[in-house]
Amino acid sequence: MTTVPTRVLFDEPGPRGRARIRLFTVVGVLLVGAVFGLALYQFYKSGQLGRSRWLAFAEPAYLRFLWEGLTGTVIATVLAALFSFPLGVVLALGRLSRNGLLRRVSTWYIELFRSIPLLLLIYVFLLALPRYGINLPILWKLVVPIVLVNVAVLAEIFRAGILAVDRGQAEAAAALGLREGPAMRAVILPQAIRLVVPTLVTQLVALLKDSTLGYVVSYPELMKQANNLANYTNLLVQTYIIVAAVYVVLNLLLSRFAVWLERRLGSRTSSRAARGKAAEPEGVPQTMA
Amino acid sequence: MGVVTDNLGFLLGGLLVTLELTVLGFAGALVIGTVLAVFRVSPIPPLRWVGAVYVEVLRNMPLLTLLVLVVFGLPDIGIRFSLFTSAAICMAVFAGAFVCEAVRGGINTVPVGQAEAARSLGFTFTQSLRYVILPPAFRTMVQPLVNIFIGVVLGSSLASAVGVSELTNRTQVLNLQSAEAVVLFLVSGAIYLVIALLGGAAGGVLERRVSGGR
Repeated sequence: MTTVPTRVLFDEPGPRGRARIRLFTVVGVLLVGAVFGLALYQFYKSGQLGRSRWLAFAEPAYLRFLWEGLTGTVIATVLAALFSFPLGVVLALGRLSRNGLLRRVSTWYIELFRSIPLLLLIYVFLLALPRYGINLPILWKLVVPIVLVNVAVLAEIFRAGILAVDRGQAEAAAALGLREGPAMRAVILPQAIRLVVPTLVTQLVALLKDSTLGYVVSYPELMKQANNLANYTNLLVQTYIIVAAVYVVLNLLLSRFAVWLERRLGSRTSSRAARGKAAEPEGVPQTMA
Repeated sequence: MGVVTDNLGFLLGGLLVTLELTVLGFAGALVIGTVLAVFRVSPIPPLRWVGAVYVEVLRNMPLLTLLVLVVFGLPDIGIRFSLFTSAAICMAVFAGAFVCEAVRGGINTVPVGQAEAARSLGFTFTQSLRYVILPPAFRTMVQPLVNIFIGVVLGSSLASAVGVSELTNRTQVLNLQSAEAVVLFLVSGAIYLVIALLGGAAGGVLERRVSGGR
């Protein structure tokens, strides 16, 4: 979203307007400063600002420990992406298929898995299924539920992409004598996927966030490692602030990359109408957690 | 089925906690998000920055990280809330960032001409927001807000990981005690499904209302 349209809410301010804006600016800065000051004071009062409590993280052993966690996070995220992206395409094709049964099953799957919490599903794999003899390795107890849930979201993204490809493309493919399957594979899908690439990168952020649930299954990703480290060092606040910052920076980079991709790919896409639709695919839920 | 009927009260109590978390979290998020959105479209630079930084940080932080930081971290700096309060605050603070973007997205869909018309009639910033921009913007906000609501429902399950005894947590506790694991999880899953579907349906009704009454 650009910030330009919002500027339209106010005119170029006159002298009185500028004075008011200056006043509010000062008040705003003071308020923000006060909040920050209060927070810092709380940290100081409880002794959390002590040099040793932060310098401890210069210790290579601690950093290595957190680094291992980050590796775990990346592995879980990449695995989840590798499985859920192709499966998302398959499910989207299922939902768009002419076969009534296939269409209905796909729709049910999508509705169901968009409506149950990931954590509940993780508990199923962690606590319930082992009793029935299905005991996956820890990594997969995390990745399989993430894939199951995210496939539903990704299917909707791919579906929006497929629907956003200009109808003329399918017609042209048919006119060239391609049947539906090959037309989808050779003509529609490549364009659809290109349209949704930025959204897919954004979805990586969701996968990365989901991987924090390794905390629950005791898979050594960043959150779990932070938990272990905090238990060992008693530097709980510091550890989690650092970890939170790592997540924010990583996700921010991914989000920025998505925006950059969107701009780059957008300028190369032939159909302008399709671009408009794919930028904000309709019906695609903004996944929150 | 026995384990469900025997512990119906326990499970329903968990459902109640989930609903409380959802309602409090979502209501708080609406307030925080709207205020932030007004910040972000206001002519006052520091307020815009506050809005932007808040949204960028909170949207990119995993909810679980925020929960752990608030629930276990706040006592360490000398601020004590009950477990439930901490979790509710987290939900509100977290979802607030998403509400802000939904509201701002809605504001940006209102045609520029309408804002200009309002200003040429002499409306102030707040007046044009209140009477001209927000009413039609609300229509385009309904669907994103419904998605956020469902997100809060599902997200509230994460409170289970820090020890809040809500539906997911109680399901998992009962699972440890009894042998009928599958039934338990099916029932809980169905409950979440129903809440999400009801939320979606309510959103559909609201959307029709809002767009009908223009």
